[in-house]
Amino acid sequence: MLTKRIIACLDVTAGRVVKGVQFLDLVDAGDPAELAARHAAAGADEIVLLDITATHEGRGTLLETVRRTAQRLFIPFTVGGGIRTADDAAQVFDAGADKVSINSAAIARPELIGEIGRSFGAQAVVVAIDARRTVDGAEVFINGGRKPAGRALLDWAREAEDRGAGEILLTSMDADGTRAGFDCELTALVSQAVQIPVIASGGAGTAEHFAEVFLVGKADAALAASIFHFGIADARTLKEVIAQRGIPMRLPC
Amino acid sequence: MITVIDYKAGNLTSVVKALRAIGADTLVTEDPDEVRRADKLVLPGVGHFAATRFLADRGLRQAATEKIAQGTPFLGICVGLQWLFAGSTEDPSVQGAGLFEGMCERFTGAMKIPHVGWNSISVDPASRLLRGIEEGAYVYYTHSWRAPIIKETAAVTNYGQPFTAAVERDNLMAVQFHPEKSSAAGRTLLENFVRLESC
Repeated sequence: MLTKRIIACLDVTAGRVVKGVQFLDLVDAGDPAELAARHAAAGADEIVLLDITATHEGRGTLLETVRRTAQRLFIPFTVGGGIRTADDAAQVFDAGADKVSINSAAIARPELIGEIGRSFGAQAVVVAIDARRTVDGAEVFINGGRKPAGRALLDWAREAEDRGAGEILLTSMDADGTRAGFDCELTALVSQAVQIPVIASGGAGTAEHFAEVFLVGKADAALAASIFHFGIADARTLKEVIAQRGIPMRLPC
Repeated sequence: MITVIDYKAGNLTSVVKALRAIGADTLVTEDPDEVRRADKLVLPGVGHFAATRFLADRGLRQAATEKIAQGTPFLGICVGLQWLFAGSTEDPSVQGAGLFEGMCERFTGAMKIPHVGWNSISVDPASRLLRGIEEGAYVYYTHSWRAPIIKETAAVTNYGQPFTAAVERDNLMAVQFHPEKSSAAGRTLLENFVRLESC
């Protein structure tokens, strides 16, 4: 049976892993390659590395980080942040990534989804969407959550699928960093609106939160950062608890 | 020496990295003469079946099928498995190698497509490629088309319907999943292939 995936996310800036609360207040959490290897050994199903500042000057540092991290991984590895062209994507794949995650650049120029997909396959393109609830739905934000994109969430998710995205990584900005649980309602809306897999992100704090986002949120995968970095839960312990709720998990791992 | 055939279908970095990580010497080539000199061949590939057109266009199809006929160990991965069949409905205008019977078809049913993530395999204990991999082991998949179950099927996975996870006939072997991304089980498989004696 296809299992639900637990994805460990590393937010990276200038070659170091950092973690913030609701996209602000960054604290240092360690070396990316080291942490990625530790998460993989502990049973994470995938690793995502997001370059959260993604400055032009930082590209070299990022590629070197990707290379070092990929070297140590035998599980799928996604890289995002600052990928604006098919050529940027090619460099990241060349450094050892299996998938790229694109966000603001896909909103700015949706053709990018198909361009990367044609060269590297749809499975290699993850469209990341940062969303915040509004009175009558949810709105998409870009530039690291700083700027409204002027797009409704479901509308953009469907377009991303139509343009050939392989997966959607949905971050609830309201829930992000709170460790108070995923936004299951929002996740379920997107998961039911598209046929491609949806990765839920933002708000993970306990194993129960993951179980809820799989059962209620209909997520195919769930991503978390801080709960792993600070040793609150390792992936294996987390997965054992989730599996007890009858959710298929990759165990032993 | 493991010769990895580069036909511009996606990203070879992971496969090459994984082979090197288990200590195998690896050569990446798109030259049919290099393919003819290979001790062992790997045909990776993710993405669209149409990419396999490159193999025929560049003489790689001819070189690879000659080597397979001579008994050179051959491992196809993902689209590299699908190419060994008659073809795929993903692009019916491109012929597969026709070394296994049947067409690859898109998943049907209410499930999410692509089939992405870790799924379990049911393993034929006689398989040399899968030796040491436990029944029910999890491997990593990402694909929308799948090969039918045939008599050479060496492992089966269920996703809405059962499909061929691995095929094996003598030294001709292929997997639909990605061993290079499949943690311990994938590593075991690649080590089995690297250690395989030609027969």
